[in-house]
Amino acid sequence: MKNPAEIIAQCRIDSFDLSYTKAKAWKSAGKNRVLIGYMPIYFPREIAHAAGALPVAIFGGGDRKQIIKGDAFYQSYICHIPRSIIELALDNHFEGFDGFIFPSICDVIRNLSGIFRQQKIGSFIKYFDFPQNFSPSIGGTFYQQEMQHVIDYITAITGIEVTAERLNHSIALYNKNRQLIEGIYKVRQDYPWRLTMEELYHVIRAGTVMPVEDHNEILEEIYTYVQNTAGTPQDKVKVVISGAFCEQPAVGLIKAIEEAGCYVVDDDYQLGSRMITGDIDTTSDRPLEALANAFLKQSQYSSSIYDVHDPKEFRLAKIVKDRGADGVIFASASFCDPSLLDAPIFQNAFNKMGIRYIAFQFSENINQYKVIKEQVGAFSDSIKLWEPEPDTLAVK
Amino acid sequence: MAQEAQKEKSMVLQKEMVEGLFNELTKVKETGKKVCYTFVPGNLSELIRTFDMLPVYPEINALQSAMRKLSGGYIKEAEKHAHSEDVCTYVKCDVGMMLKGNIGPTGQKLPDPDILLLSYTGCFTFMKWFETLKREYPDARVIMLHTPYQENGKMTPEMIQYMVKQLQEEVIPVMEEVSGVKYDETKLKSILKHSKEAGDWIARIFDTTKHKPSPIDAYFAGVYYIGPINIGFRGTPEAVEYYKELYNEIMDRVKKGLGPITPEGEMKEEKYRLVVEGPPNWTNFREFWKIFYDMGAVIVASSYTKVGGVYDMGWRHDPERPLEALAEYCMNCYTNLNLPQRIELLSKCITDYKADGYVTNSIKSCNSFSAGQLAMMREIEDKLEVPVGFIESDLVDPRYFSYSNIKNRLESYFQMLSQRKLIGSEKEPAV
Repeated sequence: MKNPAEIIAQCRIDSFDLSYTKAKAWKSAGKNRVLIGYMPIYFPREIAHAAGALPVAIFGGGDRKQIIKGDAFYQSYICHIPRSIIELALDNHFEGFDGFIFPSICDVIRNLSGIFRQQKIGSFIKYFDFPQNFSPSIGGTFYQQEMQHVIDYITAITGIEVTAERLNHSIALYNKNRQLIEGIYKVRQDYPWRLTMEELYHVIRAGTVMPVEDHNEILEEIYTYVQNTAGTPQDKVKVVISGAFCEQPAVGLIKAIEEAGCYVVDDDYQLGSRMITGDIDTTSDRPLEALANAFLKQSQYSSSIYDVHDPKEFRLAKIVKDRGADGVIFASASFCDPSLLDAPIFQNAFNKMGIRYIAFQFSENINQYKVIKEQVGAFSDSIKLWEPEPDTLAVK
Repeated sequence: MAQEAQKEKSMVLQKEMVEGLFNELTKVKETGKKVCYTFVPGNLSELIRTFDMLPVYPEINALQSAMRKLSGGYIKEAEKHAHSEDVCTYVKCDVGMMLKGNIGPTGQKLPDPDILLLSYTGCFTFMKWFETLKREYPDARVIMLHTPYQENGKMTPEMIQYMVKQLQEEVIPVMEEVSGVKYDETKLKSILKHSKEAGDWIARIFDTTKHKPSPIDAYFAGVYYIGPINIGFRGTPEAVEYYKELYNEIMDRVKKGLGPITPEGEMKEEKYRLVVEGPPNWTNFREFWKIFYDMGAVIVASSYTKVGGVYDMGWRHDPERPLEALAEYCMNCYTNLNLPQRIELLSKCITDYKADGYVTNSIKSCNSFSAGQLAMMREIEDKLEVPVGFIESDLVDPRYFSYSNIKNRLESYFQMLSQRKLIGSEKEPAV
């Protein structure tokens, strides 16, 4: 294994390889292997793994793909990610992909599934309807049926029988993946200078384009590294980022936030990799039920999950408290309905709770951060210089 | 001075129905009736009626506020409370109206909800909307009915079963508890018989645009025609009577060879027949309509009139399978159709009603409609070789209605249609 700096450098390359070289290499290394692309936020990758597929996250082109054709598909007032995904598709970046999953997160991603159907991209298109009913016998049953549809699409190509044993094995691998990521976050909440947010972002994102077994090895190395390195702390405040769960900010913006005086100790970038909190049962003879129950009962809060029985503002406030954060940065992609519609809920609640926050909007392809950097810098300074210590605030 | 709007008899009848509902809403303290806030697409009017509750439709309030020129102020009020400039303006109008005292379209305060019935169809914003409302009305009970999307162009038995189980185990028990009324399936079946009949009449009414000239405008007048089924009257004998009356009026016009009635009277000459995709703009509804009728353009079909239910393709409420019928109804609303289904439906309208053109009114703050419209437009243009037009406006935010921009675009479009017709007629062999 390489040293941590080399691993991170490789992750930087892999995570933004819009040719998906590693994923395609994996596919060509065996017969009947299936590549499936999935859109944000979350997709239970375990089922694809067990069926003999490699699930690959599609986060759009970011600031690394010029949009020409994609703009012809979307009006100016629609977010940026669908146009860059279409651009990637029409420029054959997804050549070799067998199918595509569109998790139910918003109207734009839903209708993007229709455009993929219309353009006949991939041999199967699945709009993956997550239940908004959280009763295991109702929403859970429906969710299991949705997962079974995906398995059927994949196994029609791979010919693999998805047994309970295979699924439990896949669940165990992804449990390990989530444990390691959470382990790194736990170390970082106290020692965020040991691994920058930008480095962590690349390490996690690289895992969405390679087999989970390979990613677990990387995470093991990075976890060991953050536990044992010392690093040099700087005078920065700790913040949580919320709202950037689908369209991803450019890496330059992720760096700019830290450079402006903030340690990001939790975030919802690439939320799917951390969507399920805690382990999923690996001993069940009905593993689809175990996966469904995990989604229903162990999911992170998300702007795409109906929340009135478990209000998101209190869940985010708990994350702020648990991570020892000084405030929250609401970073919403421009024209992102779920994130922007949540903004008043969070902000009104945080005004009452006394949690400090700022809000701005970004687009995946912007690479001028001066204004945002100044805003974040002012936020950081205001906390450091004038605000009382967080433990005196009413964060329950 | 603007001419006074000429109203069809059916419009007057509908006005009376609406006023009756709002009057009942103002009296709930005396009558003890429970109030259910819900949405138009996927509305469970029949179920609400089974429990003797009164419905309130926030998006209807929003569009009525827009028509009364109040929405701009309400939207600004919501934006003062952290609502983004770029999200659904129905939501902001509703929130702003609530913040300013929740005064309804009749000038009287609307009662608070006893139930927030979130039976949303084909639009995620509805879910976020009720998350917001739940925080404003903490005492209201919330019921979520999740409608699966027709992703594969089908309503499968498992999707229906999922919805029926939600109705049986979660929706109906809460409605019983809040209303104090026991669920009566016989009553629901009898209400659904009227819904089925209303569906038949609606399909017939919108099919009259096959005639030349078309006796109705299926968009600008169409939004009035769908009023009763979209604001809680579906399933009532009054709605059936209304639609029968409306149909007779329309057929009378057909017999006389008359075109649609516009706010300035009868349209004299039908020059262009169009199919329109997307909701109308409500803040400048009359001006918007006038651009079309001044140019002799009549809308022979529109997707928007199918937002509260698609009856064109033969589906009807089946009273003998009441809960399954409600589930199918919800799944079958226009925005719950996938893009290929929408294209098929609109193509059928263009062909069946012999449309000369297809116009998209793209709404800035409605991704449920807008995302994908350009791809739909291109496919329809390629497949049917029909000229397409594209304009942009918003639902209820007056800041996004640019009269001159829309007029310029439409005038250019009509010129193109005119030339095309001319070329077409030159090509036709002389008889």
